[in-house]
Amino acid sequence: MFGGHAMLAAVKMSEVIVVIVYLMVVGYLGFLGFRGTKSETDYLVAGRKTHPFIMALSYGATFISTSAIVGFGGVAGMFGMSLLWLTFLNIFVGIFIAFVVFGGPTRRMGHQLDAHTFPELLGRRYGNSMFIQVFSGLVIFLFIPLYAAAVLIGGCEFISSQFSIDYDVALLVFSILIAAYVVVGGLKGVMYTDALQGSIMFIGMIILLIWSYAAVGGITAGHQALTDLGQGPNIFGGIGFKGWTAMPEFGWGVAMKADGVTPNPDGYSLWWIVVSTITLGVGIGVLAQPQLAVRFMTVKSKRELNRAVLVGGIFILIMTGVAFTVGSLSNLFFHDKDFVAGRLVDVSGNGSTPAEFEWVIAKEERDINVGPDGALLNPAVDNTDLKCVPCIVLHIDTADDEAADTFLIYRGHGGVAAIMPRAEIGVLADGVVPGEAQQTDVQAWLADDGDIMSLIGQNVGVLPRATAFTRAVIQKGDYFAFNTGSIIPTYIKAAMPGWFGLIFLLTLLAAAMSTLSSQFHAVGTSIGRDVYEQVTGKHGKSIVITRVGIIVGIILAVLISHYARVGYIIARATAIFFGLCASAFLPAFVGGLFSKRVTPAAAKASIVVGFIVSAFWLLFIKDQEARALGVCKFLFDKHSLLLGHPSWPVVDPIVVALPLSILTFIVVTLLTKPCSEEHLAKCFKK
Amino acid sequence: MLGFLGIDDGWVSAAYLLCMLSTLLCVVYGLINWNRGEAEVKQEDAEWAAHEKQVEEEL
Repeated sequence: MFGGHAMLAAVKMSEVIVVIVYLMVVGYLGFLGFRGTKSETDYLVAGRKTHPFIMALSYGATFISTSAIVGFGGVAGMFGMSLLWLTFLNIFVGIFIAFVVFGGPTRRMGHQLDAHTFPELLGRRYGNSMFIQVFSGLVIFLFIPLYAAAVLIGGCEFISSQFSIDYDVALLVFSILIAAYVVVGGLKGVMYTDALQGSIMFIGMIILLIWSYAAVGGITAGHQALTDLGQGPNIFGGIGFKGWTAMPEFGWGVAMKADGVTPNPDGYSLWWIVVSTITLGVGIGVLAQPQLAVRFMTVKSKRELNRAVLVGGIFILIMTGVAFTVGSLSNLFFHDKDFVAGRLVDVSGNGSTPAEFEWVIAKEERDINVGPDGALLNPAVDNTDLKCVPCIVLHIDTADDEAADTFLIYRGHGGVAAIMPRAEIGVLADGVVPGEAQQTDVQAWLADDGDIMSLIGQNVGVLPRATAFTRAVIQKGDYFAFNTGSIIPTYIKAAMPGWFGLIFLLTLLAAAMSTLSSQFHAVGTSIGRDVYEQVTGKHGKSIVITRVGIIVGIILAVLISHYARVGYIIARATAIFFGLCASAFLPAFVGGLFSKRVTPAAAKASIVVGFIVSAFWLLFIKDQEARALGVCKFLFDKHSLLLGHPSWPVVDPIVVALPLSILTFIVVTLLTKPCSEEHLAKCFKK
Repeated sequence: MLGFLGIDDGWVSAAYLLCMLSTLLCVVYGLINWNRGEAEVKQEDAEWAAHEKQVEEEL
């Protein structure tokens, strides 16, 4: 027992040392940048050549964050490889189209107009429009913290799992670390810092891919086994899930259940979630990301962009492609190979009445547990906002510190038993240390109808037989909850060797830091340069506002991370921000870059329409978001104006807002006049 | 649509394949254009960079 303690302490000490060394290296590179020798701009000022890998890795590290790896990787664990459509868009749109089609013109126009932020570029392109710059700046300032929160949550889920510490403690430590990094100089866009972070991310994900495929017997065998596993009943069957290697059921409106007669209004929901929210929002939204578009301006010539396409394409494939593939494959591991050993501290929910069951939260949504008559749908759960699954939960102490740290579903009660894991459990042989136990160390497996309570207090081995979703159980207040954000961290801890946890920790730290620093950079410049300076006319005097803006942004992001750790919040928050940017900015950005005919009035109108339609859709139509925000309920006494009209409440805002924004842009352009010839000549000067 | 590599669903197979093909496209494009597009740094480029440095320093 003592040995277990010592080993644990040793592992943690080595982890802490590696993290400190890594931070010192990052700090040193930041210091080099601080002395003004290695920032992207310096190369351009001096007219020197930059290494072709640097720009691409720097862009990639900014683009890809813990949100993509932990958040969307976890969503792939739930919903499967249909998410690879997003990887395809990430590569084809986010790299190829972005660099080949958008990169050169953005760079040229940015330099011609001396624009240094995305709102400034839009504002100056459209005849120095203060409205466009201020409005865009405000949108970015208000909504980037949501995206930053997604990145923070992703990092904290892993830290909390890896170090077996409380999520809120992880959030506190991580926030202080990030704030220090941002304050010390992480905002300066130091190329070698980003490139180092990109390289670490690349190596970490390559190891993860090879290891995961090898563990399931190779590519084809692994996919085939995952296909077969997906044929069984699944918790998402009711919303159209058809397996981890298949697209969800496609359709519109009310589907039919398997019996062919019972209507199922949610039967096509998953397809719309995967395609409209997960894939389209982020896949297209990347083109109008403020913190990414400005990167194009920092390169010396089109040649650097051409070269970056090569590196960027491979980088993104290895980031999101691996995260989504491994997330999906984790189901195989959790079902067939996962083995947990430790002391069985307690068993909860092993009763015969609903009051005795352990109600594990499957979904947290306002009034989800309330019927049309206002009564609780499930009276055993004394909370209006929780949808729960009745289970028996094993509380296991794997760290040998007397406290349960791992929670596994042993059985489901009643009808849901068919879609819950049927874990196998047995007592470990005498003298076996749980931390080093193998499956073969289990002395006696408990019979299917055996008394689970008799094992409390003993060292046990468990085969969870779970899916990724049902394995990632966390403790949340008085309840337990399935937590999508925990899927990838749980997989890394359970399936990968100990040393990899360390590499992956650095991978995620790198992914989070590079993205967060660019996000807070955008937060600061949007409120300082784009809003304050424009409104007051005090140019170059916004330093205090900028810094206060960054601090406010960090605080907002931390608060969101604290309160919103539920469901697949990481992916949803990211999708909201990307979708909003696409709907508001994309038409004006594309039109402004490639056409002289487009007009300032059209740009203003399309930005406003894109923003308002997105906001309206989130507040009043999209069920999950509208419920969380509560405005629709307050004004109209229902959670979505189109509730009862499937599949509208699951359609993402981008599907409606972007076409309307484009239409507005075209119609208003036809009715109004473009900028002066003189101004256009300046914008489009070769 | 037929599946491959153990993925029976044609749409997911297509996504898997398109990920590979789009990466290949990026690699081929990058190689072909490796030395194309080089341009002298113009005055406005240098001025932009100098201003950018100023913006960064203010942060």
